[in-house]
Amino acid sequence: MDYVLVTEQFLNGFQLGIILFLMAAGLTLVFGIMDLVNLAHGSMFMIGAFVGGTITLVTGSFILGVVLMIPSMLVIGMVVEMTTLRTLYPRDHLDHVLATFGLILFFNEATRLIWGPEGLVVPLPALLDGTVALGAGITYPVYRIVIITVGLAVALCLYILVSRTRIGMLIRAGASNRTMAGALGVNIPMLFSIVFGIGAVLAGLAGLIITPITAAQIGMGEDVLILAFVVIVIGGIGSIRGAFIASIVTGVIDTMGRSFLDVFLLLFLPENAAESAGPALSSMLIYVLMAAILFFRPQGLFPPKGAG
Amino acid sequence: MSNALKDMVKEVALEARELNKSFGGLTATDNLSIEVARGEIHAVIGPNGAGKTTFVNVLSGLLKPDSGEILFAGRDVTLLSAAARVRQGLARSFQITSIFRDFTTLENVMLSVQAGQGHSFRFWAPTARDKSLREPAVDLLERVGLGDRVDVTAGNLAHGEQRQLEIAISLATNPSFLLLDEPMAGMGPEESQGMIDFLKVLKGSYTMLLVEHDMDAVFALADRITVLVYGKAIATGTPDEIRNDAAVRAAYLGEEAV
Amino acid sequence: MEFKNPANILTVMVVGLCAVVPFLAPALGEPFYVIVFARIMIWAIAAVSLNLIMGYGGMISFGHAVYLGIGGYTIGILAFHGITSAWVQWPLAISTCALISLIFGAISLRTRGVYFIMITLALAQMVFFLSVSAERYGSDDGLNILARSDFGVSFFDLNDKLTMYYTIFGFLLASVFVSWRLIHSRFGAVIRAAKSNDTRVQAVGLSTYTYRLTAFVIAGVMCGIAGLLQANLENFVSPDMMNWPRSGELIFMVVLGGMSTVFGPVTGAFVFLMLSEILSTWTIHWHVIFGPFLVLLVIFARGGIAGLLTPGRTRE
Repeated sequence: MDYVLVTEQFLNGFQLGIILFLMAAGLTLVFGIMDLVNLAHGSMFMIGAFVGGTITLVTGSFILGVVLMIPSMLVIGMVVEMTTLRTLYPRDHLDHVLATFGLILFFNEATRLIWGPEGLVVPLPALLDGTVALGAGITYPVYRIVIITVGLAVALCLYILVSRTRIGMLIRAGASNRTMAGALGVNIPMLFSIVFGIGAVLAGLAGLIITPITAAQIGMGEDVLILAFVVIVIGGIGSIRGAFIASIVTGVIDTMGRSFLDVFLLLFLPENAAESAGPALSSMLIYVLMAAILFFRPQGLFPPKGAG
Repeated sequence: MSNALKDMVKEVALEARELNKSFGGLTATDNLSIEVARGEIHAVIGPNGAGKTTFVNVLSGLLKPDSGEILFAGRDVTLLSAAARVRQGLARSFQITSIFRDFTTLENVMLSVQAGQGHSFRFWAPTARDKSLREPAVDLLERVGLGDRVDVTAGNLAHGEQRQLEIAISLATNPSFLLLDEPMAGMGPEESQGMIDFLKVLKGSYTMLLVEHDMDAVFALADRITVLVYGKAIATGTPDEIRNDAAVRAAYLGEEAV
Repeated sequence: MEFKNPANILTVMVVGLCAVVPFLAPALGEPFYVIVFARIMIWAIAAVSLNLIMGYGGMISFGHAVYLGIGGYTIGILAFHGITSAWVQWPLAISTCALISLIFGAISLRTRGVYFIMITLALAQMVFFLSVSAERYGSDDGLNILARSDFGVSFFDLNDKLTMYYTIFGFLLASVFVSWRLIHSRFGAVIRAAKSNDTRVQAVGLSTYTYRLTAFVIAGVMCGIAGLLQANLENFVSPDMMNWPRSGELIFMVVLGGMSTVFGPVTGAFVFLMLSEILSTWTIHWHVIFGPFLVLLVIFARGGIAGLLTPGRTRE
């Protein structure tokens, strides 16, 4: 175990954390503001990858794929919100789970119908295909650095959007007091549609930017969705800050665990035991972390205000 | 412990010592001490936002105080859960009617009776045929005047009837002490008078701490009154003493007169 | 129980059909339906167990299928190591499910609402990923079970088709009967009361957490029995039997049949699985129809089948 590998894996974990954050941010906003459990958020991740990927393949430009994916996902997200989810706000969580579960089945199968069962391979743009020396003997793929940078920029924008701008103020007002915000002349249904659309764009962006690494596949959103749930539970529902910190922690622990847990276990287990226990334990690591955090803080690290 | 001391301990049914509870920056209970003597009705009054319901929630164990202690029948119950306090005989009712709306009136009280009979880890025998639950529950419903509403779904009862059921649920746990959080809330004058009469009947058998807005009810029932303002007790005394207390008049009664 | 109620008549028909299928299906030249009905009954047992905590107790577990997996894998792993005696397998499967549901319940029941849904999901996925990473036991591909549970007596042999079928049928009837007794008992009264008003239950002196946890463990064990039956029926276990869509489908079966009705989950499982069976013969892309159907069901038919057939009955 040398420090080059450790640093690389740390950065990989950080990058996974960024992807998780893009997913969790939309989820936590929708949970926190509309009190809606949305399983179909994973479908937005997948649709973003397929739509953006197709645009990339047709136009030959990954940048164009990203740029055109954004309005597409905004529209798709808002349409889903207006046609289906809107009727679910007054319902209980069980109805949310069931209806959005139905949506997942639909989106997965519709994607299979349109793009076929094989999925979509999107090549890395030549410009970003390569590695860069970070010093001290560490080289790292340019593209992964781009993902990290984009993710950090989005996190910053989102923070500014929610805490500093008029629309952010409206979002917060709408969350804490719908009637009041409605009385102030805010179009609450429109606001909710926009928030949902933004969430869909973030999820779509996450799906698209990892596609050059993993390829777009049917059902790709669900595994990420469950990790994003873990993130939200750890971070505290409704908290962007909590989602960010929990995303990075989850990403790093999961990645580092998968790489080094068996090596670590060798310190006090015989070799064959460590080799078989390592992968099993590392796949459980973040869930154990979640259970431990919830045991001491049932509302997550940054619980919503007023829920005390 | 000498007998005299035992008697003294017995005298005080419930004692709160220097209770504090705050939510964020807001102090809801401010260094509050109170003693409720066995057999008395002790009323707690105060303007809106005085922290009355918080106080009841801390005494009943739904909220943990930030500091201070609560003694019930001479025993420290500060660390006990709400459920454990009920098992010791400290029952409560709720200001906002808290019943099982989709149970029948009888089932509401039966649940409470079964809770009073020890643990409910009995998995097999149907409760509907259980006389040891049904009979005390029917008796109690007759006592509170709901004898002819036994099989009505609780959610369909009139408001006043739901308030009566609320009290019946609390009584069915076999308590020695009742914490009553605004039992007359939302009642018309006639219903209120009925509740006052009923509480007078209960008076011999239970010690009560009564939080109430209805001044007529308070002065008709209370042996002693504590006045809360912003979570602080500004006065404690007999109804006459409270009526004539200058500080109380200024802070509270005066306000109402205006 | 009112037998004039159309929902109950439907249930009696479904249960009656289950009872005669091993004779009826071959007679009609459709012997395939025997195994279809055996599968439906296993899912029905699992749905009945979920209904105990979700329908009556308000605990929306989105990870209930994990106990199918744990029950099934206990059989599979023991058989893999050559232990096929039912007297060892079944008690071990049941106690493993009890232990895991005790741990998972103790963690997840500390939370409420959305947190509870997500934590039960995450804990179940943890076990799912554990089974995927268990290379020794087949990982993704699952594990073939070479011999069914052996009771060591000649008159009760699960390799006999009828014995296997009616064992499942017997467990289905038992699970419905047990859940009926449970929810009408003192224990059931506490669980149902805690669903509608948790604070009030505490304020009459009952610690709801302990009662909920007990119900959670009972449901976990009951679902684990469905899992061990499934392992025996299919001679196969795989991670997929506890993947999260299975938990979602279980929730749907309960809601479809009508929550908080004793027989509802049985009808729900029957309708859900028959519908899947029929739709999937039309087109391999049947989820395109089934997904929106489920959405419409949630939006327009809140009381499930029991609600549709019984005027005035809705959930809540």
